[in-house]
Amino acid sequence: MIKIQNLRKTFGDVVAVEDVSFEAPDGRIIGLLGPNGAGKSTTMRVLYTAIKPDTGIATIDGIDVSQSPLEARQKLGALPHGAGLYQQLTARENIAYFANMHGLTGAASKKAVQEMIELLEIEEFADRRTKGFSQGQKTKVALARALVHGPKNVILDEPTNGLDVMATRSLRQIVRKLKEQGKCVLFSSHVMQEVAALCDEIVIIADGKVSMTGTTDDIRQQTGCEDLEDAFVSAITPSETGQERQAGAVQ
Amino acid sequence: MSHIKTIFFKEIRDNFRDRRTMLSALVFGPLFGPIFFAAIISLTLKQASDGNTKPLDIAIIGADNAPSLIDYLESRDTELERLDATIDEGIEMVKAGDEELVLVISDDYADQWNDARPARVTLILDNSDASVVRKGRRARGMIRGYGSQVGSMRLLARGVDPSITRAITIDEVDTSTPSGRAALVLGMMSYFFLFSMLAGGMYLAIDTTAGERERGSLEPLLTLPVKRSTLLIGKLLATCFFMSVSLIIALIAFASVLGFVPLQQLGMSVDFGPEQVLTAFIVTVPFALIGASLMTVVASFTKNFKEAQSYMTFTMLIPTLPIVVAAINNLKPSLEWMLVPSMSQHLLILDLVKGEAINPLFAAVSIGSSLVFGVLLSLIAIHFYKREGLLG
Repeated sequence: MIKIQNLRKTFGDVVAVEDVSFEAPDGRIIGLLGPNGAGKSTTMRVLYTAIKPDTGIATIDGIDVSQSPLEARQKLGALPHGAGLYQQLTARENIAYFANMHGLTGAASKKAVQEMIELLEIEEFADRRTKGFSQGQKTKVALARALVHGPKNVILDEPTNGLDVMATRSLRQIVRKLKEQGKCVLFSSHVMQEVAALCDEIVIIADGKVSMTGTTDDIRQQTGCEDLEDAFVSAITPSETGQERQAGAVQ
Repeated sequence: MSHIKTIFFKEIRDNFRDRRTMLSALVFGPLFGPIFFAAIISLTLKQASDGNTKPLDIAIIGADNAPSLIDYLESRDTELERLDATIDEGIEMVKAGDEELVLVISDDYADQWNDARPARVTLILDNSDASVVRKGRRARGMIRGYGSQVGSMRLLARGVDPSITRAITIDEVDTSTPSGRAALVLGMMSYFFLFSMLAGGMYLAIDTTAGERERGSLEPLLTLPVKRSTLLIGKLLATCFFMSVSLIIALIAFASVLGFVPLQQLGMSVDFGPEQVLTAFIVTVPFALIGASLMTVVASFTKNFKEAQSYMTFTMLIPTLPIVVAAINNLKPSLEWMLVPSMSQHLLILDLVKGEAINPLFAAVSIGSSLVFGVLLSLIAIHFYKREGLLG
């Protein structure tokens, strides 16, 4: 269960996230949708405590990420945007490193790593060094690494970036499996179709603010657009106040 | 604690498999100093032996004018070449590099000699060439020797004691021991030891910050339920480990090289056996933490591997500054200098190389102060590792 209330984060003069609130319950896949630079990654970085919010509260299973970052991270499996592997280590060693860092040792660690290798179907290249892996292989290993401690909450920041059709499909299946296991999955993307194909509920972010939430049908209805892409464009187009703000900036 | 261990062994394994790191840490870094040293010593030896043992080549113009001088020179260790040329042609020959030393005996020589006036000879040489300078000195020495021999005989023939012309004699006592002279050359070894340590840890220091960020593995690492200070301590310790291995390789390589370089020929003797290697290791290794933290601090400000690498070049020069100060002022080990890292290591290694006993108190102060500096710098490194800007 992930809960975000009135999150705000600035970097110097730049407002990355202005006001974001949403909830991601267990057993559901929530899609965080928005154009590039909308504030998706910043929101996710706050959740996995790489950065601290200026104001607002983010909780994971009721734990405030600003107050108890270590505990929050224990409950969380996070796949940051463009996550990289250790190229000199094998896929298995990469996963085992994170297992050990989560306190799993010896047989428990071996078992957890093997389970991940089976879940993500990476046996074939599990014992090869990750140098030269395809983007799809890398993403799977990175995901296995993020899930090895069996977290209840999973954050995936643009995981389908750079994946081909087959890899994207296989990633979707894995995400659905996570949902079946009762996990709370937060999935970000800038592709409407991607999110529509997978998520139970969509949170659309534009200019650091939540502009719309709901299922695909809800969003079609709210925007009055049948076509998904049109609906997305309509949802992220600045509102009246936004246009006025922009006009003010030009003047 | 178990986290630190996990990080430490992961970094060691990761970097042991990286050929670039291995080459720089365990081959180029540690072997550069000793090989450089061996090359310099061999060059010095070659020049010294060239200058003294080979017969001296002198081209003579007007040899017939001074048969007795020629006989004298031939009785010394020389190869004379008689030329039929003018003095101007002789100058041209030296300028062109055809001859190194040309001795011109003027046609007036015989007359001046017979009248017991100073007989004039001209030595043509190019003093800007170091090896010629030495040969010129030898040639002058021979000619003067002949001159003073004949002069003494002339005085004796007139019933005068030749020693009357020497109002003063200088006795020189050279207190430099052979080992002390060696220390001059060996003094720079202390920097090579520190350098090899820094080179050994450089890639890890970059890898742990700028490198991880560039590869995209930093952010996943930060999602782990482990404090950033713990992460950095594990990484710093792995860096220190690589630095220590580099240091021990450099020391052993140096000790081995000494066995092959015939230092005795230069009047030097250096006793650098296992015991000295161990002592040098103990007094130098505390510098590893300083170097590791310093490089990590610098690397944590850079955006990528390349940028970090270019800053490292400057960082590696920082330890030279105290050493240069020590060398210029010819500082001797004292308690206050032991508080200065890199200078204290330099002074202690210098003592060790000179074959002098190391003052245990000095060594303890040096180790202690280096560790304190190291801990302070690593706290700074941890501080920077906690910044949000670390993610870039």
